Amino acid sequence: MKKYGDLLKKNAMLIVLVLVYIFFTVRTGGQMFQPLNFNALITQNAYVYILATGMLVCMLTGGNIDLSCGSFVCFMGAVGGILMVILGLNPIVSVLLMLLIGVAYGCILGYLIAYVDVPPWIATLAGYLAFRGLGTKLLSSNSATGSISPFPETFLNLFSGKLFATPIGRMNMPCLICGIIISVIVVFVNFSARAGKVKKGYEADSMVSVIVKSVLSVAAVMLFAYKLGMSGGIPTALIWVAVIVLIYSFVTSKTVLGRYFYTIGGNKETTRLSGIDTKKIMFAAYLNMAVLTVITSYVVVARFQAANSTAGTNYEMDAIAACVVGGVSAYGGSGNVLGMVIGATLIGVINLGMSLTGVEANFQKVVKGVVLLAAVAFDILANKKNSEK
Amino acid sequence: MAKVLLEMKNITKTFPGVKALDNVNFQVEEGEIHALVGENGAGKSTLMNVLSGIYPYGTYEGSIIYNGEECQFQTIRDSEKKGIVIIHQELALVPQMSIGENMFLGNERGSKNAINWNETYKEADKYLKMVGLSESSHVLVKDIGTGKQQLVEIAKALAKNAKLLILDEPTSSLNETDSRALLDLMLEFKKQGMTMIIITHKLNEVVYVADKITVVRDGSTIETMDKHSETIDEDRIIKGMVGREITNRFPKRENVPIGDINMEVDDWTVYHPLYTERKVVNNVSLSVRAGEVVGIYGLMGAGRTELAMSIFGRSYGSEIQGTLKVHGKEMTLKSPREAINAKIAYVTEDRKGNGLVLSNPIRVNNSLANLAGVSNRGIIDKDKEYAVAMDYKEKLKTKTPTVEQNVGNLSGGNQQKVLLAKWMFTDPDILILDEPTRGIDVGAKYEIYCIINDLAASGKSVIMISSELPEIIGMSDRIYIMNEGRFVGEMKASEATQENIMACIIQSGKGE
Repeated sequence: MKKYGDLLKKNAMLIVLVLVYIFFTVRTGGQMFQPLNFNALITQNAYVYILATGMLVCMLTGGNIDLSCGSFVCFMGAVGGILMVILGLNPIVSVLLMLLIGVAYGCILGYLIAYVDVPPWIATLAGYLAFRGLGTKLLSSNSATGSISPFPETFLNLFSGKLFATPIGRMNMPCLICGIIISVIVVFVNFSARAGKVKKGYEADSMVSVIVKSVLSVAAVMLFAYKLGMSGGIPTALIWVAVIVLIYSFVTSKTVLGRYFYTIGGNKETTRLSGIDTKKIMFAAYLNMAVLTVITSYVVVARFQAANSTAGTNYEMDAIAACVVGGVSAYGGSGNVLGMVIGATLIGVINLGMSLTGVEANFQKVVKGVVLLAAVAFDILANKKNSEK
Repeated sequence: MAKVLLEMKNITKTFPGVKALDNVNFQVEEGEIHALVGENGAGKSTLMNVLSGIYPYGTYEGSIIYNGEECQFQTIRDSEKKGIVIIHQELALVPQMSIGENMFLGNERGSKNAINWNETYKEADKYLKMVGLSESSHVLVKDIGTGKQQLVEIAKALAKNAKLLILDEPTSSLNETDSRALLDLMLEFKKQGMTMIIITHKLNEVVYVADKITVVRDGSTIETMDKHSETIDEDRIIKGMVGREITNRFPKRENVPIGDINMEVDDWTVYHPLYTERKVVNNVSLSVRAGEVVGIYGLMGAGRTELAMSIFGRSYGSEIQGTLKVHGKEMTLKSPREAINAKIAYVTEDRKGNGLVLSNPIRVNNSLANLAGVSNRGIIDKDKEYAVAMDYKEKLKTKTPTVEQNVGNLSGGNQQKVLLAKWMFTDPDILILDEPTRGIDVGAKYEIYCIINDLAASGKSVIMISSELPEIIGMSDRIYIMNEGRFVGEMKASEATQENIMACIIQSGKGE
């Protein structure tokens, strides 16, 4: 019985996600299950996944956050608009220039936080205020409407739209094939990981549980592939999200650098005395955050096809919420990318579901707030129970 | 015979899966000092938590009879109302507040709606005088030393009208002089009729202060010794604690030939990181050879940790002067990483604070200082990491079901083993062990000593810092004595006695 209890607790958020999804599907009379809404779930929330990945790394180092990322998205959008639309620069060159500006900001921020010891939330609060102001100013002085468009096609195609687009309602073959390939990889990884463990005599999951896990993941992947295929192709933003999520999943779980993010959050002084340059690691976390913020700004601008002064509003909060709901400790030291992805998706599903059922926008915020609080309280209570044992 | 003040009858307390207390009977007479001794995890603190209402009535079985009546405490407040006050091991003072504010925290003077500050400070001064503190109660707690803070805790307890005072490891963070002062204060209180229970690991203190000693082992009270009916010494108590006679508290060293000088420090001076004028380490020179265990004895605050950390890649101090030679080559080590690369390891005294990541498993802690050893181009080989951790677990006999266990869940002795394993995995030639047996029980201490001897036998140089005289004398080949930042003596272990080491320190103090 204890085994099932553990399993349940380990996958609590995933189960909640599925239940919430089913709930909204029923409430909307199946509308939530439409291919179009699968597509919407990805494109509307792409920014959360990318920002939350960066936020995850910052939070691992000790519950540190970046409040400036939402405003920075707005500011970078304005910069992009000026470069591409007003000055008419080559989109690729513009994208690289924007990245350079992001790196510069990341270096300044990282330096202030890691080497000058400015508390992260103060340093980034400054950015939160300043970049919103700067972004809005840039937009209003370059455009009468306060919004810059149209962006060049090359740029839009790079970060939005669909890969191998086909008409809605007809099966998109590349999408289906991708789904099959991913399924095969997932199954292979599951089984080879178990085989490796068994061979070396480590504790491994039972064969049954590996099979169940594989069947469930294949079902999920294929469902997704099918639905996206019916909606007309793979959203380009999904590719970006997937690549980033995979890279950071690898970095945080398998690399030395990733390990240090965790141990700094667990005990900074121990990490320092173990011969690790903790300042450099903190610097890296915030530099990384700025770079991911710039990538977010590409995706956001491309989705709206314009640079707006309201772009990026409250994005930082969405990213923090996704992490926290996904089990990332608000004190640092624990959490992982997969959890964050589930957390972000859960919030996305709740958003989408409430919009579809016509819940008032103000009330939606209330619900999100309650979900956030409940997730953290649940996490803390679960940990307390564990330590009492 | 004196009146029995407290009787705890057939107390049984179970946690999920563990019986922490099993049918414990415990009696305290009025006006005595009663010591509770036992290894870590034996159940001493649990027993006191039951008594003080931290574990409310109903969560345990058995009865508490205090002052002739049966008590059913629901909270700490209930027990404090009756005059049972517990002073915990970790000081519970707010550093940024004044002594007076701290003393009446939760027990404020004045009316319901407003605090009467004049009365607060007047009362506070009165209690401070009782514990022999001359500080004004307006002084902030952070501005007085740990020894005095401990006295403030006691004054705070007195202000609650304590009749039965429970002190949990009151001297664990005090130096010898402050400890002695505290114990003398306890004896003074006893004369005035106060009843006290003291929990401590330091057996010399028990012998000095206690009238009766109750041994707790594996959740049961084993025996109660009465100082007035038998002579009690440390060996007698240890025998009760471990259930067997430890004939040798220190394992025999095999006679290993001592080799060349591995590390040499000359004219080493370190300045305080904040008060950059103050010399924390003053012109110290030391050397250590291969296969040698060198002890550094000094009281807390003598500058031992600061010396060690300044050698270990300048991880302490604002300015450091002096030369450091490793294997005969002069070196400037500017960071812990450079020190590790020079094959120096510093095993901290504060394993929870800066030695281990408690929320991470043994596996992760074991490789933290040498991730290069289990990774390939920045990618960690978790299988190898696991194998390394398992290897050390076997070698050091760490008691844990798996190496995936979080270090925070281990006992002090096992945590210390993980800490040692972490640094052994960096393959050092010189190990600086800072208080390697602090806060761990007698059995685990012996195992740590064995590990230290093995390290020396394999040709490593070990510098062992300790404030326990028997340990320093029992373990070292050579001893440096440190006081107020300076080395005030050096002697071979064969010549060293507790008396002549203390004499060194006292003499150096007079020279000032």
